[in-house]
Amino acid sequence: MTSHAMTPALTLADASAEQGPLGAVASFLRAWPEMWPSLWLATLDTVYMVWWASVFSVLVGLPLGVLLVATDRGGLVPAPFVRALLSAIVNIGRSLPFIVLMVAVLALTRFLVGTTLGPTAAIVPLSIGAIPFFARLVETALREVDRGVVEAAHAMGTRRITIVGKVMLPEALPGLIAGLVMTVVTLISYSAMAGAIGGGGLGDLAIREGYQRFNDHYLWATVILLIVVVQVVQSLGDLWVRRLARR
Amino acid sequence: MIDAVGLHKVYRLKKRRVTALNGVDLRVEPGEIYGVVGQSGAGKSTLLRTVNLLERPDAGTVRVAGEDLTSLRGAGLRSARRRIGMVHQHFALLASRTVAGNVAFPLEVAGAGRAERRARVGELLELVGLADKARAHPSQLSGGQKQRVGIARALASRPDVLLSDEATSALDPATTDSILALLRRLRDELGLTILLITHEMDVIKRICDSAAIMEEGEFRESGRVLDLIGTPGSLLARSLFPLPDRGGPDTVVVTYPRSYDEPLMSELTRRFDVDVNILGGGVEQVAGQSVGRLIVDLRGARRAQALSYLAEHGLLVEEAGQ
Repeated sequence: MTSHAMTPALTLADASAEQGPLGAVASFLRAWPEMWPSLWLATLDTVYMVWWASVFSVLVGLPLGVLLVATDRGGLVPAPFVRALLSAIVNIGRSLPFIVLMVAVLALTRFLVGTTLGPTAAIVPLSIGAIPFFARLVETALREVDRGVVEAAHAMGTRRITIVGKVMLPEALPGLIAGLVMTVVTLISYSAMAGAIGGGGLGDLAIREGYQRFNDHYLWATVILLIVVVQVVQSLGDLWVRRLARR
Repeated sequence: MIDAVGLHKVYRLKKRRVTALNGVDLRVEPGEIYGVVGQSGAGKSTLLRTVNLLERPDAGTVRVAGEDLTSLRGAGLRSARRRIGMVHQHFALLASRTVAGNVAFPLEVAGAGRAERRARVGELLELVGLADKARAHPSQLSGGQKQRVGIARALASRPDVLLSDEATSALDPATTDSILALLRRLRDELGLTILLITHEMDVIKRICDSAAIMEEGEFRESGRVLDLIGTPGSLLARSLFPLPDRGGPDTVVVTYPRSYDEPLMSELTRRFDVDVNILGGGVEQVAGQSVGRLIVDLRGARRAQALSYLAEHGLLVEEAGQ
């Protein structure tokens, strides 16, 4: 019974642990450095797609949400027909499952970007999917603004465009930020779906490496990174909203 | 200062039509505090909103400082509105701005420069006693402080007219007192004309020179408060001085429409040998005068002479038993 005789037993124990949950974690961690370069690039692709799709969602969705509120009965420029039309368009956008919408707008994507593959091409369906989503959230946030404040602004001789810019949007800001955070989180999940038809990013990596090549390590890694990205976005957003609400 | 003639307004709801204004004439003299009192749904809120055209009347005209507002639209109407301040029951302050930012809002809208805004905001906050709260947000203020900000904001563009939409209805009694005192002081110092609506008789009693009682879209009575109180059958007098309703054949209601130094009642018993039994009554400060109303039993052979003696001294005598 020397210490020398113990060694094989230890090695054996190691080997058997490799089969259990702890061993699985260990081998996943060992594979991490090798996976990291492609994971990092995929994360950057995801951030790139989501960033630009968010920018376009705000650029189009914000005015659309303002119009939905302004054209309503009792709004700044009541126009029931325009409102019904806009609302219908938004509803169509909202009712299509994203993966169907992505395929449906392929022609438009090719027209705008020149290709349907890659992260830049994915920005088109992502934006189209998120614009009506964000527009509805903008509409909800603007409806929360106290009507009395808007009336007071009218009584002070304020132009309608100024009421939007200096009263409605600033008053609704906490709700708008919360809506933006929700949109970005939804875009992250959409972007993973965009990976399914060659959009690139973390979703693409998970499908290609994890699903098609049965590499579980990639699957876990992308899941972890997606969770981290969503958590970061949500926490920053919450912090911003809380800052605004404290006033 | 405010001259509204023949105002009509009907709201069409889904199934029914609601007449909010049914031929209202309103005349408010410069420097006057004019109160419109009535139950909710009487149309007083609509009336106030037609004065700055937040509601456009179906018929009738509104003139403020000689200008016909009903003929204005767009930019002309907006610039007319800037000469009419408005304070709101629920303050209607911007939560996203500081106190100073709220007061500066109408100045921004009117296109005033930064330096001018800063100077004027300082002045206004001083005027309403909130100079130390410039950087606070409305959510950090009490109700009374919020209304002071509302008043400062309403005065920012140096209006001739202030409209008050139940400005004290959301406030406790002590705060109501201080806001009413502020409104009166602003009238005295700035020569403002104030039109207010309220459901509280107390507000009429405390600060109004003139008043109107509104019911179902019409003025039941209107005029100088003291004149109204001295008018037989006045609704305002009855509302300001609720008297017990137990009149016998000898019962009369005696109204003192101003302050008296003479001991009229004891004079009465001595001169005319009548018995006076007071059933109820009250004396209140109204429009700066001590005004009273008594319900008394008056018996004796020379009752009629006694009553005309009171009438000769300027008291209003009404038989209550009829």
